[in-house]
Amino acid sequence: MRYEAPETLDAAVALLAGESGLAKVLAGGTDLLVQLRSGMIEPALVVDIKRIAETRRIQEESGGFRIGAAVSGAEMGEHAGLKAAWPGVVEAVELIGSTQVQGRATAAGNLCNASPAADSVPALVAAGATARIVGPGGSRELPVEAVAAGPGRTSLGRGEIVASLFLPARGAGQGDAYLRFIPRTEMDIAVVGAGVCLTLDGDGRCTRARVALGAVGPRVILAEAAAAALVGTTLDEAALDALAEAASAAATPIDDKRGTADFRRRVAGVLARRTAVIARDRAKGAAA
Amino acid sequence: MSFSISLSVNGVTREVALDDPRVTLLDLLRERLHLTGSKKGCDRGQCGACTVLLDGRRVNACLALAVACDGAEVVTIEGLAAQDPSGADGLHPVQAAFIAHDGFQCGFCTPGQIMSAVGLIREGQAGDDPERVREGMSGNLCRCGAYAGITEAVLEAQRVLTAGDAGHEQEDAA
Ligand SMILES: Cc1cc2nc3c(=O)[nH]c(=O)nc-3n(C[C@H](O)[C@H](O)[C@H](O)COP(=O)(O)OP(=O)(O)OC[C@H]3O[C@@H](n4cnc5c(N)ncnc54)[C@H](O)[C@@H]3O)c2cc1C
Ligand code: FES
Ligand code: FES
Repeated sequence: MRYEAPETLDAAVALLAGESGLAKVLAGGTDLLVQLRSGMIEPALVVDIKRIAETRRIQEESGGFRIGAAVSGAEMGEHAGLKAAWPGVVEAVELIGSTQVQGRATAAGNLCNASPAADSVPALVAAGATARIVGPGGSRELPVEAVAAGPGRTSLGRGEIVASLFLPARGAGQGDAYLRFIPRTEMDIAVVGAGVCLTLDGDGRCTRARVALGAVGPRVILAEAAAAALVGTTLDEAALDALAEAASAAATPIDDKRGTADFRRRVAGVLARRTAVIARDRAKGAAA
Repeated sequence: MSFSISLSVNGVTREVALDDPRVTLLDLLRERLHLTGSKKGCDRGQCGACTVLLDGRRVNACLALAVACDGAEVVTIEGLAAQDPSGADGLHPVQAAFIAHDGFQCGFCTPGQIMSAVGLIREGQAGDDPERVREGMSGNLCRCGAYAGITEAVLEAQRVLTAGDAGHEQEDAA
């Protein structure tokens, strides 16, 4: 195995594109090291992106935030502006592993590892985040939900890497939240995860909503019918019931040791509802 | 392919040649530098026995590639007392608190617990709430179940260390 730690994105892309064997990006390494050490993968080349200055920064951009691909979860949690604007995204990132894991783990790595249960992804999808992909053909901006292709697979082409994630400006009356269900309180993999981001007008009526579900399909699901159940309502009981029903219907889970498909479908509804209530209360705070 | 890296371990600069880039920071410490205080419980980030401070942050040494630590500053349990020997018997206050509160039985998890507690106290997020201390220490497993003593030790050490900081601030102000 060859290890390279280039200092520019261009150099990283050239290294990855020029390798004929298996080439892997190394960010925090909290997934990659486990895969490497257990022999699950045997890359010919590992390209560490942590020495590339622009992947280490959180920058304000167009009223939102651009988060470099090597920024750790701990660094996101310490960023007051980011935390105030996107509390749901930051909470989701802070659920990843222990504090020791968060000192290294990145949101972009969580996304590119493409686990259906990745905690930050439903929150990012709900927030309408995009990923900047750079590769041999230049740079493009992709909605976060289009990055994972299936369990452990991404839609990135040869030599392409995620350079940064972008969270848009938080609008007036907008709030986001993320909740996951696990049998323990810490250090476990989501049985179901739910991210909700919604906007309320001055009368408390929902004008826009995005609902994303994790761990109930091969990749994170953007549940459009669930979001539609909220738009135009004041998020009263009837609207929340409709949301829960639509979220359960959108889930396509499997049976595994963490829970049966039937259980997961039901939890998806309950969790989407609870998450929406938190997002609503945050949106009200933001409108005030 | 051989790599040469230079890193500071407990304040001493160490130059190490690595024959394999897959060597972790934990294996570097234990096998090459013979600092066996950091333990290998799971080798996959789940138990916290290998916790060290890397550039001031607590991390799992088993999840870091040694080559990626070129130029880094690492503090392990062996170097902790030298950083602040103000606890009983010239130990670091967190070490002294673990002894005072029986924060261990077999001791296997203890170096990781202590390094993690040092990190937690520096992060300044837990306050004096036992629930938040338990949450902040949830990346460190103890098979002996010494959790009650560990939580008390962390709370006590936090009191001692934050009182110390306040004292320094007063000195600075004077
Ligand atoms: C003890 C433990 C507990 C955990 N708990 C959780 C949890 O609760 N929830 C959760 O969601 N995850 C959890 N994880 C998994 C892991 O920590 C996260 O997925 C983390 O966000 C991965 O980020 P990383 O920077 O460490 O990725 P890495 O390990 O560096 O990379 C992960 C994968 O993505 C690729 N990659 C990384 N960055 C890029 C990029 N910029 N462009 C293209 N490809 C890239 C890598 O090649 C690799 O395949 C846990 C892991 C451990 C060890
Ligand atoms: S040995 Fe590193 S966390 Fe268990
Ligand atoms: S004291 Fe034995 S494992 Fe913690």
